[in-house]
Amino acid sequence: MALAESLDEANRLSACPACAVVPSAERLAAMAAPAEARIMLSLPMAHCATCISTVEGALGAVPGVRSARVNLTRKRVSVDAAPEVTAAGLIAVLKAEGQEAHELDPGLLSTTETDRQGRDLLMRLGVAFFSMMNVMLLSVAVWSGAEAATRDMFHWISAAIALPTVIFAGQPFFKSAWASLRAGRLGMDVPISLALILASSISVYETMMSGHHAYFDAAVMLAFFLLLGRYLDHRTRAVARSAAEELAALEVPRAWVMVDGVEVERAISAVVAGDTVVVRPGGRMPVDGVVTLGASEVDRSLLTGESLPVFAGVGTVVSAGEVNLTGPLTLRVTAAGKDSSLHRMADLVAVAEGAKTRYTSLADRAAKLYSPLVHILSFSAFGYWMWATGGDVRYAINISAAVLIITCPCALGLAVPAVVTSASGRLFRKGLLIKNGTALERLAAVDTVVFDKTGTLTMGAPEVTNLGALPADVVAVAAGLAAGSSHPLARALAGVAGVRAAVSDVREVPGYGIEGMWQGQRVRLGRAEWCGAEPLAVTATYLSLGGTVHAFTFADALRPGAEVAVAALRADGRRIILLSGDAVGAVAELAARLGIEEWSAGVLPADKVARVAALSAEGRRVLMVGDGLNDTGALAAAHVSISPASALDAARVASDIVLLGQDMAPIADAVRISRQAVRRMVENFIISGGYNVIAVPLALMGAATPLAAALAMSLSSISVSLNAMRLK
Amino acid sequence: MEILAILIPVSLFLGGVGLAAFFWAMKTKQFDDPDGDANRILTKEWDDRPKP
Repeated sequence: MALAESLDEANRLSACPACAVVPSAERLAAMAAPAEARIMLSLPMAHCATCISTVEGALGAVPGVRSARVNLTRKRVSVDAAPEVTAAGLIAVLKAEGQEAHELDPGLLSTTETDRQGRDLLMRLGVAFFSMMNVMLLSVAVWSGAEAATRDMFHWISAAIALPTVIFAGQPFFKSAWASLRAGRLGMDVPISLALILASSISVYETMMSGHHAYFDAAVMLAFFLLLGRYLDHRTRAVARSAAEELAALEVPRAWVMVDGVEVERAISAVVAGDTVVVRPGGRMPVDGVVTLGASEVDRSLLTGESLPVFAGVGTVVSAGEVNLTGPLTLRVTAAGKDSSLHRMADLVAVAEGAKTRYTSLADRAAKLYSPLVHILSFSAFGYWMWATGGDVRYAINISAAVLIITCPCALGLAVPAVVTSASGRLFRKGLLIKNGTALERLAAVDTVVFDKTGTLTMGAPEVTNLGALPADVVAVAAGLAAGSSHPLARALAGVAGVRAAVSDVREVPGYGIEGMWQGQRVRLGRAEWCGAEPLAVTATYLSLGGTVHAFTFADALRPGAEVAVAALRADGRRIILLSGDAVGAVAELAARLGIEEWSAGVLPADKVARVAALSAEGRRVLMVGDGLNDTGALAAAHVSISPASALDAARVASDIVLLGQDMAPIADAVRISRQAVRRMVENFIISGGYNVIAVPLALMGAATPLAAALAMSLSSISVSLNAMRLK
Repeated sequence: MEILAILIPVSLFLGGVGLAAFFWAMKTKQFDDPDGDANRILTKEWDDRPKP
């Protein structure tokens, strides 16, 4: 089994959340030197033959583009172009052709190593398949009664095919068995390697002595089935990793730095404290800093969970990760890269991960029981037959080889990868990306679900709640004003109001609101202080109109499927908790809407980690669902965690499962499918155990022929694979 | 049984041809984009002459 490897793999995915926040050295080098532009674009809408020709044709016509090649499986296009060609230009070209495209950071898409490993496994699998087929043909002749010289010749030919195959195809097992032996452990690969070596060498010896039984077919079949399991395992992880890498590569970290009065685009890593950085409305703060020019509102929801935008003017301290909403801001950088608050928060994750007890997977636990048993059985068979036959070494070794071959965990090696492949494929189609091999098993054990509010249960996009209670002309004036702004509250207002009054001289005052003239009087829409109103406890915007002030209240729009998911999880008997960094009013209202009884507001990131840790200490298995940086620690501390694709990079890296779509309903499905998957795994262990219960006594008594070994092996492997595919 | 001396090498040779074809396909990266290749065959773009 590739368990040791898969654990390493998992560690690499999640142990270094900082790597995802701060670009690595290679990436810096790649971004600093754009001499030969190799541009990668993601094409989420590409699906057909026409899309390929449209995209390749349109890109090929752009001056400077040398070649463009679409990969439809990965939904990407890679472009080789002269340095003056920019991704933004190509995206515009594709948009004109009706193709949505996003820039990918090629430095993050280092799939070559994974590809090489996959190709290597596939090649060994191909060789094992070729030999298995040929050796099996020869073995059928032997089983059906080839005699004397013919049998010997067939054995010799089999040996000539099987020995190189075992040496070549068995390498992954030999290497990992050697590694685990040196570490003083008995992994699953030790009995596998022992069986391969013992079966081949005893068969060569038997052939030389022109004996009746040779196990070349069993050795090659063993290698084939086990490689198949390993290849499935590898492919599942490669698909998940490439999708996760793509999510990360979508955020190209750049900042606009003022150099001698000119804005220059730079990689975030090249920005140092003291620089002046410009952040446009709608952009995310790349660094920590102090505002030196401009006024705006910032959305801090990803960092603190508060859904209410906060005013930012000259002198306001802003942190990396916040979103600038209305006006352009100029910042003096106080901390960038490793020193920024974004990075410090990521340290919290490292602490939580260190405290997390390492989960031993089902297959690992099975292997721990299984491998000593196999060795003991085989050696005691050898000892008994030595004694019973009065020192016939050849016979005793034959028996112990047969025992090793029959007990060899062919089905065990296939049992888990087959189920995981089938389950993660099913979940992928529902929009869930399983990043970690053991995430399914851990998800199945969940009994408590902790949700974050802003951005997770809600979309982070507001909805007007009191439209019906306001006079129609007030709404019309507000909509007329709001139409000119890009502030999220204004957009929500303009979107729902039917009639817009004709407001003239509309002017946006960044950070405060919008004002204009309507029927000869000045009207203002914006913050409470600016309009002369008392601020309410909930998210609201205010309209001052002819001396009176009207408040428009907002609530965060629920994420589609949130109600379904919460209801389904509750019906399933899960305890549901809502932990939010937002104000009490907004959290209480949402909790009531979803019927969640346990909730806390104003929770700080460290408190979230503490709450999750306390629940785990009570023996609860916690599923954490969150998206912000304030959830990252809790995501890492939980038994298993899910984050939406819209989450911050660090949060996605810390979580085991990523929700690719907008809809949240698949979470309930995922819990159901994961429990079914674990049941299938256990069933598979029982099935392969059952075959052993029948075949091992036969082998111990010395009645196991090569035919019986081949039958037991292929039947158990096939029934295990079929059982895995029953997953619904 | 002399026929075996011909048939066994023949069967091994044919299997070897299959294996070699598999290696070649893998070397030339024909398994990298199965969806794309399945769709590319439908385009009329290079029907008249091969892609330069």
